Parts: sequence; C-alpha cells; structure tokens
Amino acid sequence: MQKLCHLFLLLAFSLPAHAALNVFACEPEWAALTQEIAGDKAGIYTATTALQDPHHIEARPSLIAKARRTDLVICTGAELETAWLPLILRESGNANIQPGRPGYLEAASVVAMREIPTRLDRADGDIHTRGNPHIQTDPRNFLPVARLLAQRLGELDTPNRAVYAERLQKFTQSWQAAITRWEKQAAPLRGLPIVVQHQGFPYLSAWLGLREVATLEPKPGVDPSAAHLTRVLADLRQQPAVMVLYAAYQNPRPSEWLAERGSLRAVALPYTVGGNAASNNLYALFNDTLQRLLAGAAR
Amino acid sequence: MNKKFIPGAVVTALFAQPCVALAASDPELQAIREQIQQLKTAYEARIAALESRLQIAESATPTRVATEPASPVAQAAASGNDNSFNPELSLILSGTYGQFQQDAAMAPTGFAMAAHIPPEQGFNLGESELGIRANIDTDYRGVTTMALSPAGGVSVENAYVQTSALGNGMNLSFGRFFSGLGYLNEQHAHVWNFTDQPLVYRSFWNNQLGEDGLQLKWLAPTDTFVELGAEIGKGRGFPGTDRANNGSGASTLFAHIGDDLNAEQSWQAGVSWHDTRRVNAQADGVPDLLGTIGGVSNLFSGDSRTLGADFVWKYARNGNPKDVSLKVQGEYFRRRENGQLTYDLAGVNTTDSYAVTQNGWYLQGVYQFMPHWRTGLRYDRLDPGIASVGPLNAMNVIANYAYQPTRTSWMLDYSPSEFSRLRLQLARDLSRQNFPDNQLFVQYIMSLGAHGAHTY
Repeated sequence: MQKLCHLFLLLAFSLPAHAALNVFACEPEWAALTQEIAGDKAGIYTATTALQDPHHIEARPSLIAKARRTDLVICTGAELETAWLPLILRESGNANIQPGRPGYLEAASVVAMREIPTRLDRADGDIHTRGNPHIQTDPRNFLPVARLLAQRLGELDTPNRAVYAERLQKFTQSWQAAITRWEKQAAPLRGLPIVVQHQGFPYLSAWLGLREVATLEPKPGVDPSAAHLTRVLADLRQQPAVMVLYAAYQNPRPSEWLAERGSLRAVALPYTVGGNAASNNLYALFNDTLQRLLAGAAR
Repeated sequence: MNKKFIPGAVVTALFAQPCVALAASDPELQAIREQIQQLKTAYEARIAALESRLQIAESATPTRVATEPASPVAQAAASGNDNSFNPELSLILSGTYGQFQQDAAMAPTGFAMAAHIPPEQGFNLGESELGIRANIDTDYRGVTTMALSPAGGVSVENAYVQTSALGNGMNLSFGRFFSGLGYLNEQHAHVWNFTDQPLVYRSFWNNQLGEDGLQLKWLAPTDTFVELGAEIGKGRGFPGTDRANNGSGASTLFAHIGDDLNAEQSWQAGVSWHDTRRVNAQADGVPDLLGTIGGVSNLFSGDSRTLGADFVWKYARNGNPKDVSLKVQGEYFRRRENGQLTYDLAGVNTTDSYAVTQNGWYLQGVYQFMPHWRTGLRYDRLDPGIASVGPLNAMNVIANYAYQPTRTSWMLDYSPSEFSRLRLQLARDLSRQNFPDNQLFVQYIMSLGAHGAHTY
C-alpha cells in the first residue's frame, strides 16, 4: 500500500509543470477562437473534431482526464453538449470548471438565440429549450464570445490580462473587416431559396439572407425517411430551391439523394474549423463556406 | 407608462359603459363613445409615429450594431418561478417477454450457494426506474433512483450525495450507490447491452453490487485517465450479509485507466478488489452428496475476497458512436471464500471448515452496423472450483462439481431514438448440468423526462 502511495506521488510530481493556461474547448470553433485571443499563452485541447456530431459524443476517459487539468472550459452550451459534458465535468473532480465558476464559459450565453421553442415535447424530436445551438455559422456571433473569453482569460491569468485585451482588440478589428468583406461577397446569395438537411443553419441563413424552404430531417435529430424525402421533393416542384446544405459531420446520402432527383446542388459546408482541408482557422472557415455557397448558387 | 394607460382607460370606459347606459341618455352616451374614439385614434397616431422613428433609428445605427446580432434579452432562462428549481426527473419503463425450456429458478451448477436472480418467464413488466437528480447547493449534488416493483412496492436503488467542490480530482459520494468495481457494475439496467447481466455478475454480485456507505475517487492529474477509488460500507449487497455493527462490513478498492488510441478508438481497463465478512449466510436448495431431494439449507460464515479485472475497447467511425460503432468488453472475477459451513440446518446440522475459490468471466461484442440497429454476442463461463471441506461434512457437501457452466447469448436491438429501445435476445444456456436450455427474450426500454449523460 505504501509503495502504491509513493508511486502515485511520483506520478503527480513528475508531470510537466503547466506553463500556460489549459483550455478545454468542446468544439473546434472555440479552440480556434481561443487561439486568436490567447495566442501562445494557452495550451488548448479540442474535445471534438469537425467530423463528430457534437450532440452525440461519449464521455470517454480521455476527455475526463483532460478536463481534470483544465483551467477554462469553453463550450457552445444551450444544451448542445448535454449528452456528455455534465458527466465529464462531474467526474473530472475539478472544482474550477463547474457551471457558474469563471472556468466555465458557455458561448451561447452571450449570443442572441434563434428558434427558441414555444413547446417542449420529445415528440418534436431533438429540440433544445434554449434555442438552436449551432451559433458558429454566423461570424457576427464570435464578437461577443471573444469579448467574454478575453475577460475570462484575464480573470484566470491576471499577469497576461493586457495581452488578452490587446489581442481581443486586434481580433475584433480584423474580424469586423472580414465580416464586411464576406457580406459584400455574399450579396448574390440574398433571398436565395435553400434546403437544409438538419436544422443547423438558421444563423447562417439569417446572416446571409438565405431562405430555408425545406428541411430533410422530418424533425430535428430524426433521420430523413424515404417518405419524408419524397414529400420534400414534391414540395420542391412547387417551390424550387437552389441548393441543399449539410454539415461535414453528417451523412451526405439524404442530400445527395435529393440533389440527384430535384434540380439542385448538394453543398457540404465545413460547419466548423477542420470540416475540410481548407478550413484550418476561423477566417478560412468562412472564406471556404462562402466560396462553396457561391459556387452552389452559380448557374 | 403610456402603454399601460391605454388598456386601462379603455377597460374602465368599457366597464363603465353599461352602468352609464342605464342612467345616461343617448346623447351623453354618444359623447362618451366619441371621446373613446378620439383617445384611440390619438394613441394609434402616436404609436405609428414612434414606429417610424424606430425604423429611422435602426437604419442609421453605426457599424458595430450592424455586424453583431442583438445581444440576448436578459437571458430568458432564469424565469423566476418556484418550478425552475425543480430537480431533473426521469422515468424508465421496461418490460420483457421470456420463453424458456427449463425451470429458470435453477441456479448454475456449483453456484447454489451464490446469488441467483432468475429471469422472468412469460410477459412481465420490468422494474420502472424513477430518477430524481439535482444540485443541492454549491457543494453537493443529490441523486436518487427508485425502483417501482411490478408487484407493488418501492425500493431505493440509489440515493446518494456527491460532492462537487472538493477539487484536486477528488469525488466523494455517500449514501446508497452502485459500487464502482468492474466495468458493468455501475451501469443501470436500462443501459445494459443484453436483457440480463452476465452469469458472473448474477452469481458473484446478485446482478449488481449496491452499497450503503462512502466512496472516494481520485483522478490523477495526467493526460491518461487514471482513477483510483475506495469504498467502505455496510456490506449490504451480496456477498455482504448486511451487518448492523460498528465499523464497516465491506470494503472495495478499484483502479481504472483509459485513453484514446486515435479519434476513432478508445479503451479502458481496470482492476478491483472486494473484501467482506459473511455472517450466517443461508443458502437453500443446495444439492448434496446424498442426493437429498430439493437440496438442503446450508449456512456459511467466513471471509469472502474477490479480485476482478475488466477491459473495454470501443470503435466509432469518425468518432460518431451514433453512426457505426463496435464495442468489445470482458470481465473476470475470482472469489475466495474461507470459513465455517453448517450443513443441513433442518437435519444433521453439522459445522466444519469450508473453503473454495470460484471464478467466472464473460466476453462480449456489440456492433452497431447502421444507425439505430445493433447486434451483439456474449459468451459466459463460470468455474465452481474444488472446495476443501472439513472432515465432519466431507461425506455430505459436494466439493467438486466437475462442470463448468457456460452460456452464449445473441441479441439484436433497434433504437428509434436515444429514448427508446426494442430488443430480441436468444440464448443457449448450458449453465445447469443436464438441463440445457434455449431462451428467448423480447424487451422494451423507454425513458421519459430528463435524460442524463451516460457513462463510458
């Protein structure tokens, strides 16, 4: 028993003393944003990849181990991670990252939410009481999140507070310039009728003025059935759309099925950083998203 | 203020109207109506003016507002009524249909003195599991699971308090909980991959080891998951004998390590140790060397020590377990019991020494070949061991059964959503010597209300 204790003490002390603030980002977009605001001041761990469905992640031992040594958890919130994150936070035994503490940051808490349900019933599918959580498809949402993040980083790492404030300012400026550029680029997309596979694009549609005329999932999170797809196809004859959007992590089959039969294009959007080879940072994510949308809209 | 005034004035006017009508003449009424009409038009004009001013203001707002959607209106989540503090509620509904060729109550050969919960035959309502969970305050979280028995009555399956503010990787729980030993033990029946538990869990832990006591877990600050746990308690669950003395009746130690191999594969492995003292543990229907019909009742007092090892490996295509995934797991337990055995309580009633080492294991794989559909195969094996029986009982107690119970189960399940599951299971049960059995189960498991995160 004593030997065992010695072993664990040894284990605990032989760990590399953490030089930087450890950040646990639930989704790649928040890891990328942390990278913009914190630079080399933070060690960032990304819990999911762009190819994973953030609704359905398993509370794997590796995630619990990473959360144990984390100073700040940054997640979308709005119940997106409810199937796995609460367990990870509890099992981590890390008091600093529990909800309500400065080490726990929910991006959705500072974003104007869309599609807040007026009726809560599981018969309506996978709905989120606090609104649609896929906020990362509108670049304007990153501005308030960046402000909150810089403030929290400053709180947790006071010696570097000025660094975070400065980087925030730089980011805000160049991000706003980028938004203006993207909005100009995206002008031809305004009013374009589109179909979406999952209700994952309301923020993107609102930003660019895309008009969602149909959803392939009969209800959020419920796989598109053949019967429902046929109905969507029939509706599209009355009210045609230009393209059908799906995210990198989703099964492309329903969108491709529709694209083959209706006269519209299936467009795979990266959805988050790492969703395809080109989208390797936040700027590239929206550059690539717009390129794909414009290519999809071109006749 | 103005807004409040409009409906107020109109309502007063409307209510006043009938009374006025009784007393007042027609011209007076006409005058009042005109006044109201004037009020109405005046306010409508003002509202229209305000709206147009708002539109002008909106179109002229500087860039910052234009590039950023309006920030949320006071975070509507905190709607301050008493209900918002209500705990999470969940209810699991389940039921089975079981068809067997042999009497299910028969225990596996050589395990008549171990635990045995026979599967239910025919149509059966399973236990409905009612769960209530909430944070108690900033330091504690409370969890209760009550099993509503189909025959009536409620039993407390779990009722524990968990600390959330200890930090440093520490997690302390106290109350009634499922022990953290092995891999399957902590999992509730509604997440089992088969209709029933592996034989080794049924015989060694009466399906699941529950404890009344304390559990302390510590997570090492390493990149690899390393968790150490210790429990002390009353010894409520089998093989404990639920003693009501000072001190603890059972203790458990366990360690788990785990990690990811890559984005698609992850694993966890563990070892556990359980130690209890059994006092007057009675077993009925135990076969003996004399071939007593219906068996005899024996009493055992002594130490029971169990060592266990477990592992699980999971694969999910692109890291999406909802899509295509595979899970392989296995566990092994070895138990040494050493003490005094009283043979045939109702008859000769002789007591002498008794010691035996038994073991058991299972290996299973569950493959989700497409979303919503899974199939699984499980192999179970038990070894009753060879007992050393004291001379007084040597002619009565069976020391060597010379038979190793086995069972092979296959299942197919369909889950339309994460809240519902329908399952078919077939088993070839060779756990009773000379009584081979083919078993069929059909099961449903549905969950209502809050659905907490599942463990790995």
